Amino acid sequence: MSIRRIDPHAERIRRNRLHPRHHEFARPAWRWTSADGVTRINPHVLGAIGPNGVKRIDRSGASVEPSSVSASQVSAELTRRQVVIAEPAGYVLVVPELAEGRLSDHDRDLFGLARQLADEHQLAVTAVTFDSAVNGLEEAGADRWLDLSVGFEESAENGAYCPEVRLAGLERIEAALAPAHWLFADTFPGGGDLGRRLAARLSILSDGAEGERAATRVWQVADGKSLSRAGDRQDIQRDVPRVLLALPECAEPISETLHEARPMTLDVSMVALDIDAGLIDTGLIDRGRVAVDPQQIPLAQAPFILSAGRGIGDWEGYHHAARVLGASEGASRVAVDDGNMARTRQVGATGTFVSASCYIAVGISGAVQHLQGIAKCQRVIAINSDPSCDMVKRADLAIIADGDAVLAALCERLGQPRAADEPREELLHDAA
Amino acid sequence: MMPRDDANALSVIALVSSGRHPVSGRAGRAREDARAVEMGLALAGSALKLAHAGAADDGALRECLEAYLGMFHGLEDDRPGELSLLALKSEDASADDAVPALARWLADSGAQLVLTGQRAECGEGSGMLPYLLAERLGWAVVTGIAAIEQVDDDKATLLQALPQGQRRRLEVSLPCLIAVDAVAPAPRQSAFGPSRRGRISIVDGVEASPDLPRGAWQFQPARARPKRLKVVKSTNARDRFKAAAAKSSASGGQVLTDLTPDQAADKLIGYLRKEKILREEKVLTSVEEKTNADQ
Repeated sequence: MSIRRIDPHAERIRRNRLHPRHHEFARPAWRWTSADGVTRINPHVLGAIGPNGVKRIDRSGASVEPSSVSASQVSAELTRRQVVIAEPAGYVLVVPELAEGRLSDHDRDLFGLARQLADEHQLAVTAVTFDSAVNGLEEAGADRWLDLSVGFEESAENGAYCPEVRLAGLERIEAALAPAHWLFADTFPGGGDLGRRLAARLSILSDGAEGERAATRVWQVADGKSLSRAGDRQDIQRDVPRVLLALPECAEPISETLHEARPMTLDVSMVALDIDAGLIDTGLIDRGRVAVDPQQIPLAQAPFILSAGRGIGDWEGYHHAARVLGASEGASRVAVDDGNMARTRQVGATGTFVSASCYIAVGISGAVQHLQGIAKCQRVIAINSDPSCDMVKRADLAIIADGDAVLAALCERLGQPRAADEPREELLHDAA
Repeated sequence: MMPRDDANALSVIALVSSGRHPVSGRAGRAREDARAVEMGLALAGSALKLAHAGAADDGALRECLEAYLGMFHGLEDDRPGELSLLALKSEDASADDAVPALARWLADSGAQLVLTGQRAECGEGSGMLPYLLAERLGWAVVTGIAAIEQVDDDKATLLQALPQGQRRRLEVSLPCLIAVDAVAPAPRQSAFGPSRRGRISIVDGVEASPDLPRGAWQFQPARARPKRLKVVKSTNARDRFKAAAAKSSASGGQVLTDLTPDQAADKLIGYLRKEKILREEKVLTSVEEKTNADQ
């Protein structure tokens, strides 16, 4: 026996012809619940007249009828509830990783954890970034936003490793806001490094024997206790400390609410002055990235992979293209079985699961095993002559063309045609 | 990276801890600590000193430490390894805090370079030790180090491992603490003879302070982390069913047809530039490399 439920809000709108959403609810319903709880269906308002003049009721939902009710449902799904915390009782600070300048899944999980800690006590989740161009903090769940890049432009150019300078900024925030919690992503050498530095600094500052120790590798917070992974297959359960370094999937990301991410200002110019005067002895100098041979990077970690399959005929041209692009080489199973590539280069369920940020598949049709292997790749580009293959469906950018010709043209456009690479061989071939 | 001639000029210490095999659970060398010892042996040869803070009368721990001493082979001179065991006096040694004891000992030892693994495999395993030590000693600390390129009188040049197999070159002023990443060169095997010849000298008189915060924690066997379910937020059942039954496929991909190879290459380069995968200078450097190679 089901309970009959009435939405009083909808009823009121239905009665009020002047309500802006009246038309959404006043549409003649094809299904309703009668007063005694029985579901009634009016078949006359259902369905559409088919091409041969017969009325069809399509229950599979394949033909989308333009019904305003379902449209309103869709919009109700997409709109999130706006949450504004005007006067917070305190702050929970989140320092997102922001790899490549955007919020990662790990960062969203962190914000979810922060909301979990903040919502009980009306605290404001505050994002601390060292980058002014960040999008999506509202959806991620930040009430406030502290951008530290303002005072740090000279000392910390984009992406340089300067943990001591950042630490000085965080200390300033600590002194000004006295946040309830600090949340970092436990990854090296990003948030895990900065968070541990801050935890070590705070444990000394709040002297008196020793301060509270940070919880690292936190994977769950429940009932006021945090669970963190320790060594030797053990978990540590303890009261939630002030500094938490959390693993991925530590909490569910925010999906139902929208927050304001209001920019906050804090006088960090003092820190900048300190740095200019060289008062913060960093002891660390970043000498920049080192060029790594892309072929030496383990395939599972490689950021950029040019992968070849059966569609490649000119293998020298392919290797040359990989060199020109600076990409690691990958291969499908067919290319490996045919002896064109080494077994260690095979991508897929029977080879290596790759996690490249860009994966270019040349002449690979996309067997299921191969698609499983590239499931974690962020951007997939397919170059294939068959427009109906699975790889084209998977790809973010698909080019329907011959792989060899495109790679040759690519090298030419980048200023390194292959003829210049091996002129003698080419000449001999031409002569023959 | 060569062993320096004047070994007394640079004093290198490796902090080691007992490890646990990830599958079998057997006690032995900790993987990252072993890499740190390997790095120290390559840097300082047999002048490398090892240190550990723990219970002096624990037989299993002693076996672990001897495994580190067994790495002192294949060096220029066959001096046996030396390990200082800072005896934590308390009854239950695991309840003592190693940080103050180690900090005091390191401050007196005159060490310039202290190597250790990123995270211990037993106990708390928080990876905080190098940071806490550095904070107490006022030294610089760096983590995730894959290689030591060069050590001068007052600074060391290091390679730090970044995600996706990338490397960053850092210069750090001495004295410093270096936490070694798992991508550092693999450690040499531990041999039985050197491990027997190695000396474990117990350092007494360490003022051990009890680890108070740890007393309030509860250690429990690690639980398997719950797998995250793919939850589809939808009000109607049809969407939920479709999402559950659908094959995962990226939608909204752009398909370009009827292009000449040149046009296709332009589109591809444009996309790669837009996504910042291909940079101008990257191409230039590879051109330079090529011209250098040609010369």
